[in-house]
Formats: sequence, structure tokens, C-alpha cells
Amino acid sequence: MSLPHTVIAASAAKPKLQVTGLSVVYQSNGKPLAAVEDINLEISDGEFVCLVGPSGCGKSTLMNAMGGFLSPSRGSVAIDGETVSGPDRRRILVFQEYAVFPWLTVEGNIGFGLSKLPREEREQRIAHYVELVRLQGFEHAYPSDLSGGMKQRLQVARALAVNPDVLFLDEPFGALDSITRVLMRAELLRIWQAERRTIVFVTHETDEAVQLADRVVVLSSRPARIQDILTIDIPHPRNISSPRYLALRDELLKMIGLAYEI
Amino acid sequence: MKKIRQPRRWEIWLWPLVTAALLLAVWQYSVLWTRTNVFPSPLGVWHGILGLSHEHVLWADIGASLRRVAVGFGAAVLVGIPLGLCLGWFPALHQVVNPVLEILRPISPIAWIPVAIVFFGVGDPAAIFLVFLGAFFPIVVACVGGVSSVPPLFRRAGRNFGLSNAQLLRRVVFPAALPQILIGLRIALGIGWLVVVAGEMIAVDSGLGYLVIDSRNSGKRYDLVVAAMLIIGIIGLILDAGFRTIERIRSVRWGFRHAV
Ligand SMILES: Nc1ncnc2c1ncn2[C@@H]1O[C@H](COP(=O)(O)OP(=O)(O)OP(=O)(O)O)[C@@H](O)[C@H]1O
Ligand SMILES: [Mg+2]
Repeated sequence: MSLPHTVIAASAAKPKLQVTGLSVVYQSNGKPLAAVEDINLEISDGEFVCLVGPSGCGKSTLMNAMGGFLSPSRGSVAIDGETVSGPDRRRILVFQEYAVFPWLTVEGNIGFGLSKLPREEREQRIAHYVELVRLQGFEHAYPSDLSGGMKQRLQVARALAVNPDVLFLDEPFGALDSITRVLMRAELLRIWQAERRTIVFVTHETDEAVQLADRVVVLSSRPARIQDILTIDIPHPRNISSPRYLALRDELLKMIGLAYEI
Repeated sequence: MKKIRQPRRWEIWLWPLVTAALLLAVWQYSVLWTRTNVFPSPLGVWHGILGLSHEHVLWADIGASLRRVAVGFGAAVLVGIPLGLCLGWFPALHQVVNPVLEILRPISPIAWIPVAIVFFGVGDPAAIFLVFLGAFFPIVVACVGGVSSVPPLFRRAGRNFGLSNAQLLRRVVFPAALPQILIGLRIALGIGWLVVVAGEMIAVDSGLGYLVIDSRNSGKRYDLVVAAMLIIGIIGLILDAGFRTIERIRSVRWGFRHAV
């Protein structure tokens, strides 16, 4: 596919994140299982990229490799030109499951990565992110007293608080109901616009991708290869009933290979 | 629709009291019916308790038993928790040590009494050693289990924030395992209280266990025997209830079933 619009984000001088020839092969029952194959991708600073692809195609694997949780079998990942070799607080993964710490309060969770800061600065930072994810009044609450959506906002706040260069979100709203999911999308966009972090976001919902992303990377079924890249050139806030939006969404559905007339 | 009814305040007390009263009645009646003059009636035991409580020796015995449990349990905590955390953290080490633990664990601390006396002679250290043995294994087992069942997700999140191994253990693994460790500690304390009584019957001449055996040996005072037994039960109950309040602390409550 080709779009006549210039890819503003991708044309920036130096990519924030560069994936070169990345392949991941698992050993499953003694047999090699290719999960990710020859991914080449450049993501520029402040860009919002969505990864979509069929279930089990290797999206989480790709994320884990980009985040340094998994060493690639071939190829490499570089952030700001520096090869990624392990987990690092400059790139934080937000998990689909509730990974907030149940033994800490909301404040304790957000401040988890800030223990090296002087007390005053830490408290300021915590207060800022409590407000950003709208958890005011719950500073001293424990995760068991929060709803699913609040827990995920807390996880996002904990990630943002350490000022990561790149935020990886692996279906962070997958466990939430559809109404909460729509609200969380709006929240995430608001946060992204306020903080301008580079975001890589895995989803299996086409609407989610078209509403959020600057670019949508469509992956093939396993082993994951880049099948297509769709640039969403609609400024925010996006009108989800505008012809352009609908055209792009259809385009994406076509790329994924789904019929959109049921 | 049926509402889930909270039991009323008086109901919480009433039914247990009725049960206890019934039991006492059966006991009293059995004593009368069998016309025993060896086994005491509840009233006789009550007089025994009153009599004991006026004597200095009862309080000294309670103090002695509690002190032995405190020292033995404390030592088991100090040794058992670090060891258990290590074994949980290094599964390879656990595999090496586990067979030995599994063989020692089912041996009742009572069976250790002769060995304890050989090691320490008749006296306090022997009794404390028995308490230590009784408390040590449940603590180690709880720590190993707690550490190895920490969700990998928490470890990964911790690593992501740049924690070193030691920091990960202190800031993620330990708090995540703490509810399970506390359950182990509570079990260990209960066992410690069971064991100290047995140890005191043989290895020392003070403490509640000694009170039981001494009441029997010096004049077959079964009213005092049963009185001492009841006191042992009540103190055990108080220890357990005290420990349960720890489970309600906010930072561990998430790991217990009554957490809401
Ligand atoms: N640790 C592992 N060992 C062996 N195989 C694995 C491992 N992790 C994942 N796989 C396999 O790799 C493939 C890709 O898994 P991955 O979790 O990356 O998929 P995904 O795209 O994230 O799926 P989903 O949309 O369901 O989350 C799957 O077939 C899975 O079975
Ligand atoms: Mg996945």
C-alpha cells in the first residue's frame, strides 16, 4: 500500500529506536520455534507506534526483545544508537496483567523507581503523576482497593515517573471492559500529548490502533514479520466518524485481511 | 433476594459460650456419674486455677515457658528466614539441601529430646533447642515456598526499574512472599508452644510442662494437672490471636484470604 502523505515522524534525522534484522527463535520441546523474523523498524522520538497482528504471532516477543527482556537470536535493537542488552529503567514495559505491587500504596508504587531521588523531588514527582493519571484521593489506597482501570493507570504512572525514553505497552487495556477501554485510550492520548514520550503499543483492536497511533505496524502470523505499515495522518483529537478515519480503518482491516462487511 | 446477614454481636459470643457450657456440663456429669475420685470436676479445676494463681510459682512457670518459646522461636526466625530466602532464591541450592530437610522435617521434636540432653545437658538450652527445632522447619519451608511462588511478573517489573539482585530480593521478592512467610511463622509459633510443654516435662524443672508433670508426681493433684493444661491452651490461643493481628497490617493484608 502507499499513501501520498509524507511520513513526518519517520523522516526525522535520527531514530529513537532502531530495530535491525531482528529474529527471535524459541526452543520449544527441543524444536526451534521462530516467533519473530527479520524485523526492521525505525521509530522516531515522541512517536506513537501501534503493533497489530494475530494472536500468538509474536507481538509480546517482539516487545520483550525491544525492551531488553529477551536477547534476540539475530539482529539487534538500539535506542539512541546504543544497543539494548538488558532491562533498563530508560525503557519501561507496561504489562497486560496487573503488575502493580499489591504491598505498596498508590504513592509507593509510583515512587517505586524513584528511590534514588531526594525526598522532596520524589514527592513532587509522585504528586505530578498521581494527578496526571487522575488518582487524586487514592494516594494512600492499596491496589486491592482499586478498579482494574485504576490499576492500569497506576502501572502507566509508575512507568512514566522514572522518565523513560520509550514506553512499551503490551495490550495494557486488554483485561478491561470496552467502556473503560475507550476512556483509557483517551487518558493515554492526553498523557502522551502532555509528556511526548515515544510509545510502542501492542493491541489487537484496529479501532484502538487507528485512534491512537501515528503509525500502525501490521505483523504477519507467526513468525511475526512486518507485513505493512500504515501512517495515520489525522491530527488529534480524531473524529472517529470522519471519512478519512473510516478510510484508514478500512485500509487497516484490509491489511490485516479481515472482511469489514459482515 | 436473600441478603447476606452479618451475625449480630451477641450471636458471635453466644454460640461458642453455649458449646463450652455444654462441654463443661458433660464433663461435670461424667465425673458425678462415674464417681471417680481421681479425675477432677470442672469446679475442682476452677479451684485449682484459683489456687495456682495465688502462688508465685504459676507466674514463674508461665514466664519460663514464654521465655523459652521466645528465645527458641526468635532463633528459628533469625536462622530460618535468611536460609529459606536463600534456598528459594537459588533453586539449585535448594535441590541440594532439600533431601536433608525433608528427612529431618518429619521427625517430631519430641524424638530429639534425648539428643538435646546429650548436646546440652538437662536445662534451659535443651528445651530452647527443642523449640527451635520445632519452629525452624515450618519457617524455612514457608520462605522457600513464598519466594518461589512470587509471580515472575513482579520480578520483571522490578528488574525493569534497574534493581540489583539484592534490591530485588529486598524490595520485590521479600514483600511479595511476606504473607506466605507470616503464615509459616504463625504455624511455627504454634508448634513452638506445643514443643516447649513436652520439653519441660523432661529436660527442666520449671515451666508449665513441668507444672503438669510435677502436679501429678507430687501427690496426684489432677485438679492442678488439668488446670495447668487449660492455662497452656489459653496462652496458646492468646499467642495465635496476637499473631493474627499482624496479618491485618495493610502492606500484607492483600495476601490473606480475608482481604477485601
Ligand atoms: N518462552 C517461550 N518459549 C517457547 N515458545 C514461546 C515462548 N513465549 C512465546 N512462545 C511462542 O511464541 C509465539 C509468540 O508468542 P507471543 O507471546 O509473542 O505472541 P503474541 O503475539 O504476544 O500473542 P497474544 O496476542 O496472544 O498476546 C507463540 O506461538 C508462543 O507459543
Ligand atoms: Mg502477547
